[in-house]
Formats: sequence, structure tokens, C-alpha cells
Amino acid sequence: MTANSGNGSARISYADVEVGTELPAQTFFVTRATLVQYAGASGDFNPIHWNEKFAVEVGLPDVIAHGMFTMAEAIRVVTDWVGDPGAVVEYGVRFTKPVVVPNDDKGATIEVSGKVGAKLDDNTVRVDLLAKCDGQKVLGMSRAVVRLG
Amino acid sequence: MALDQSFVGRSYPPTEPYEVGREKIREFAEAVGDTNPAYTDPEAAKAFGHADVIAPPTFVFAITFKAAGDVVADPKLGLDYSRVVHGDQRFAYVRPVRAGDRLTVTSTIEAIKSMVGNEIIDIRGEVHDEAGEHVVTAWTKLVARAAEEG
Repeated sequence: MTANSGNGSARISYADVEVGTELPAQTFFVTRATLVQYAGASGDFNPIHWNEKFAVEVGLPDVIAHGMFTMAEAIRVVTDWVGDPGAVVEYGVRFTKPVVVPNDDKGATIEVSGKVGAKLDDNTVRVDLLAKCDGQKVLGMSRAVVRLG
Repeated sequence: MALDQSFVGRSYPPTEPYEVGREKIREFAEAVGDTNPAYTDPEAAKAFGHADVIAPPTFVFAITFKAAGDVVADPKLGLDYSRVVHGDQRFAYVRPVRAGDRLTVTSTIEAIKSMVGNEIIDIRGEVHDEAGEHVVTAWTKLVARAAEEG
């Protein structure tokens, strides 16, 4: 259980954060090309993520982003904040609403913000994340526990 | 059709080892646009205290989901996989996944529920390295949507 214990490299000190401390928010862009690239990298070739005809046939409004893509982007608000991605101890989300990605050069925009929800034992804090697309929440119960310096 | 409740608690044998490669990690980090040097630069990873480049937190899903897929494809379970969507996902890490790891997944069906016609199945994947050390646990909730009327 010691592998990612602090080695002094974390940018953020446990003592310096409070419940309510806000992490720097980030905006992520996703186009059809992003989804094709993510499909290849992740091995998830479900056609709802690249084939509009198929997506509509199964009742979706259009091609949607992989939920795991959105999950991967949202945690960057935490890993960019702490520096060492190995400091993430727990991470969970609920996929509440799909991110619809139109077939144009703009695609979709995912806005992610986060704040410290609780200070826990062992220099860890719980970060509550909020991920939105078109003003609507796309992840629910989105929480990470991260070890600080 | 309701799923067979006798599958709750059932564990499946460990998967064949998946070897985590530096270039696969790089490919994944590039696909999500994440430029954190811990994913691509072994020296930067070492400065954080890691033996080699590490994988982004959600990278391991590709491995655990493949293992979960083998579980839900069990015809005796009776899940209509064409109607399945991803409900929840959670990870608890003992340490980050890193290049050179040879990882096996042991999947267990934790729960099966039926809600307003939807079938919900919770699968836990325990990921171990070649030395048998626990690396990460992944919990995946899959929802098979109710078939539409008529």
C-alpha cells in the first residue's frame, strides 16, 4: 500500500486546502476524429461512437462520445492540479447523460470543474467533479480521492 | 426476462496476462489529449517516484472491461448485450498501472437487480500484477435497457 505514498513531489499541500477549495476548471473539445482516435486507443469500437446511422437506429440522437472518454477527461482537472497522476487513490462516476458529438468541425465541448468536498485521512482529499455539456450535467456522483503532499 | 440470480457472487478464472506497453500508454494519453509527462517520459515518472511511465487512471478499463465482457457474454446468464449501456464506473488504486506490468483480471458478479424492466449487473474486477500483488479494483455497472413495447 506504499507505492504512491508521498515523495514530496505533489504540487498541492494537504495543509493548504480547505473544504470548498476550487480546482482550476478546464474545457475539453471532442470531435468525431477524437472519438475514432479514442476507439483505437481504448479498443472500444462500439459503432454508437462513430456510426451515425447505427446510433440513430438504436435510439440515440446522434453519435455519442464514449463515457470512458469523458471520464478520462474529467480526472485531468485533478491530475493537472496535483501533478502526479499516481496520487489518485479512487475515482468513480455515473454516466447520467450522453455527450452528443455532431459531424462538424466543432464537435462537442465538455466543461469540467472540481472542488474539495472533504478532507480525509492519510493526507487525502475527496474532490467532487462537475462535468457539463451544453449546460447539462453528463457525469453524476463524479468523485476522486487524491493524496496530497 | 429476468437474469439468473444464482450468478450473484460467482467469480470467473483470472484472465491471461495483459502486458502494459509504454507505447500503448502513449497512444492512450494522446487520444485523450493528456500531456502529463508521467505518461510518456520515464524520467518524469521517476521524479514522481514511479519505476517507469504510468498509465492514466482510466487506462485499465480496457483490460477490466474485456474481462467483464467475457462474463456478461455467458449465455447461461441471459443478458441481452445489444441493449447494454454503461451505468457507473469506479476504480480504487493500490498503485498506478505502469509500463511493464503483466496484469490479470479476476471478475466477480457482485449484484443483479431488476428495475422498471431494466436489468442491472454489477461486476468487480480485481487486477493483479505478475507477482500476485493487488494493483487496482474496478467496479462496473452495466444496464440492459428494457426492450421497447411492440
